[in-house]
Amino acid sequence: MPSNNIYNPYLMRIEKITDEAPGVKTFRLKFTNDAEREQFNFKAGQFGEYSVFGEGESTFCIASSPMRKEYVECTFRQAGRVTSALARREEGDVIGFRGPYGNIFPLEEWKGKNLLFIAGGIALPPMRCVIWNALDLRDWFKDITVVYGARSVADLVYKYELDEWGKRSDMRLTTTVDPGGENPQWTGKVGFVPKVLEELAPASSNTIAIVCGPPVMIKFTFPVLEKLGFTPETMYTTLENRMKCGVGKCGRCNVGPVYVCKDGPVFSYGELKKLPAEY
Amino acid sequence: MKSITHDNLLKLLAGLADEGKIVYAPVRKGQKVFFAPVQNMQPVVFDYIQTTESPKLVLFPRYEPLISFEYQGKEVKVDDPSAAAPAERVLFGSRPCDAMALKRLAEFFDRDIPDALIAGRQKALTVISMSCIKADADCFCTSTGSSPGDICGSDILLTPVENNGYAAEILTGKGASIADRCSSLFSEIPEIRKEQYLAKVEKAFSHEEVRKKLSHAFDHDIWNGASLRCIGCGACAFVCPMCSCFDIQEEGTAKKGSRVRCWDSCGFSLFTLHTSGHNPRHNQSERWRQRVMHKFSYQPEAAELTGCVGCGRCSRACPSDMNLKEQLQDIAANVETV
Repeated sequence: MPSNNIYNPYLMRIEKITDEAPGVKTFRLKFTNDAEREQFNFKAGQFGEYSVFGEGESTFCIASSPMRKEYVECTFRQAGRVTSALARREEGDVIGFRGPYGNIFPLEEWKGKNLLFIAGGIALPPMRCVIWNALDLRDWFKDITVVYGARSVADLVYKYELDEWGKRSDMRLTTTVDPGGENPQWTGKVGFVPKVLEELAPASSNTIAIVCGPPVMIKFTFPVLEKLGFTPETMYTTLENRMKCGVGKCGRCNVGPVYVCKDGPVFSYGELKKLPAEY
Repeated sequence: MKSITHDNLLKLLAGLADEGKIVYAPVRKGQKVFFAPVQNMQPVVFDYIQTTESPKLVLFPRYEPLISFEYQGKEVKVDDPSAAAPAERVLFGSRPCDAMALKRLAEFFDRDIPDALIAGRQKALTVISMSCIKADADCFCTSTGSSPGDICGSDILLTPVENNGYAAEILTGKGASIADRCSSLFSEIPEIRKEQYLAKVEKAFSHEEVRKKLSHAFDHDIWNGASLRCIGCGACAFVCPMCSCFDIQEEGTAKKGSRVRCWDSCGFSLFTLHTSGHNPRHNQSERWRQRVMHKFSYQPEAAELTGCVGCGRCSRACPSDMNLKEQLQDIAANVETV
């Protein structure tokens, strides 16, 4: 942080705004202070507190790859007071950023394995960071598969990157939209993510599954994965409890003996099973 | 050991205030006793069992600016109020349970990513506590690892003895620096056995036993019954010397203002509410369970830190007469370990 005060945010300039889907935007942020940018490092899975001064702070993951050091990206849906205020910002405006906070996806431990990413809706951003990180370190891993679904075609985020991922020969991408969410041009699948996953039936041997999505998607996806032979220790997700401080003090994200902000947000399904279901 | 007369104690405190230190001492407001900064010692009271609010505000104020901001065109100027050195403070009249709570509170905020605002205040704080010669039915310090004469967390601990005087245990370097500078106010007395002067607080339960029981109690039906009376007012959290949950809010206008930290409580229904409408702790029973579990199971498990010192303030403050001590006795006695 810019001072000893852990609540004092970095000042970031919005370099680029991308409209992803109705109500969903991506900000590319640059440090206003070069020395702070030089010192800043993070790893895939970590998050930050993004703030509009006078409106408040909001918690999102860092959506860009840690290997692209010149900027930090975040993607958010306009929903409450802070995200609405963020959505009104323009390119060139300054916002606050605290972070990086939380634990990481253990990519080092996953060396030599297949990676299966399963994401729903606005939950692709926390996964985009680790997908790009894995693609940047492509020779660490065997097959990389992405299954991504959204309510409708319009709700898919990172459409330009989905096109790019779809064309790449070193990964497999399956996109799907909920029944009724398709349009005449849609060439992907139609169906809920857990159903589509069941049909794809990816092999579980030597594979890590990373699942991010709305609670209902996660609830129905883990059983499908278990049926496919995944063990609790090979399935990962990120929790999204409400947070304020981000540093394990304010108490809001406490679940059992862990604070999601400092002990998470990345948990294996095995770890989740040991916690009370208060998330 | 050292001792000090009542008159000299008042002189000592007045002297510290004259040096420019902010002296917090118990004063009466209506029927109740609160810690407040005092300049002269005339309003300081000694005949209280426990203050209504805890002294945690000397480390962790109810409200404090974290940063201030001002928009200047597209740019934002941010000021950090913590850059100024914290004022030297003296806390007088804390009970041994309070002193232990302050120490644990400081340790909590210092964990993992240290909170320099709290640590700075702790460094600039001297704690002069007063042993308990009286207790009431809500006190249960001996069940949570403290006691009426416990030295933990105090820099100087005074114990009222005969002849309107106090035995003074000088416990830390901070305490010694005051005792040395004001040595003429103290006198030397033979070692005393302070237990004879202290209040008797019977052990109501064992916190180790409660911790063991709670590790099996998440789905137990005690929580529904135990929380039926809870109206979610948060009084227990605000008077608690160890409750550390807080909110961060913006104050001012959209052009100029500050980001402030203020006390919050896991008992409030908005505490964990997501923007989507999802709430992981939807019912008051879940929130009451969180309060008890966090203090007596989760924190001990995560950091060997019991989140309660048995001061009894929550039971005294509760408008619907919930009693934490009785609930913990019930858990220790009646929850089965499978």
